[in-house]
Amino acid sequence: MTAPQLSALTVGDVVAEAEFLLTRDSLVRYAGASGDFNPIHYRDDVAAQVGLPGVLAHGMLTMGLAVQPVVDLLGDAGRVLDYQVRFTRPVIVDPTDGATVAVVAKVGRLDEAGARIDLTVTFQGDTVLGKAQVVVRLDG
Amino acid sequence: MSVNPELQGRSFPPTAPYLVGREKVREFARAVFATSPLHHDPDAAEAAGYPDVVAPPTFAVVVQEHALAQLLADPDAGIDFSRVVHGDQRFSFTRPIVAGDELTAVLTVTSVKTLGGHSMVTADALVADAGGEHVVTATSTLVVRGDE
Repeated sequence: MTAPQLSALTVGDVVAEAEFLLTRDSLVRYAGASGDFNPIHYRDDVAAQVGLPGVLAHGMLTMGLAVQPVVDLLGDAGRVLDYQVRFTRPVIVDPTDGATVAVVAKVGRLDEAGARIDLTVTFQGDTVLGKAQVVVRLDG
Repeated sequence: MSVNPELQGRSFPPTAPYLVGREKVREFARAVFATSPLHHDPDAAEAAGYPDVVAPPTFAVVVQEHALAQLLADPDAGIDFSRVVHGDQRFSFTRPIVAGDELTAVLTVTSVKTLGGHSMVTADALVADAGGEHVVTATSTLVVRGDE
């Protein structure tokens, strides 16, 4: 896949959308891959003990998957120059039904070499990441 | 226990070199639903101009964690890990991480703030390759909840 032409984009365009189903298996897989073995991400008893409504997805897992629609659009993760998020709400992962995280990527700003893509990341209709911005290189 | 305000400006020694393995990149990519061939197929990565498979943007957290562990383990820092919540995260790249990279991170605490009983600690982890060239800066803000 080739990155879109800068000239083809307008601020406000939705450039990518995706939904991700997180299950408890996804959390265990991310724990192993990342080395983050905090038990609030896989043990209901520990989550309850610290006053959480359930087992939570790792914030870094949500951050990690939320950028993927943009990476797919670019065709090359190396075009991501800067990526930031604020963790505003937890994603609670039901043991049987999991949790669906929705991502909408919109052009927030354009300049000579690239764009800032703003991500809206939601779970059950609520935003879970604030100020989720990806600065990407498009030309050259 | 409260966060030591004198932490601001403190730097820690470089972490031990972390060798980025091809299978680790693939494993991490699968875990974050990253399906781009550049993460999985060395030939596709080479065709795009990389020496080996390219790590997803947030892979840098794996190296950053080793640097943050130094801060959390420092008794003088006064950070109670059981009260830590991840507030913000940012990655600023000079280039993407690729398999074969040998990375070290140097952590510097850039800011310590107190806000309504909570402390906010911001730290930069400067990640460099074996040649000492900058690869990515990973910045985290940790919120340390105060006593309730």
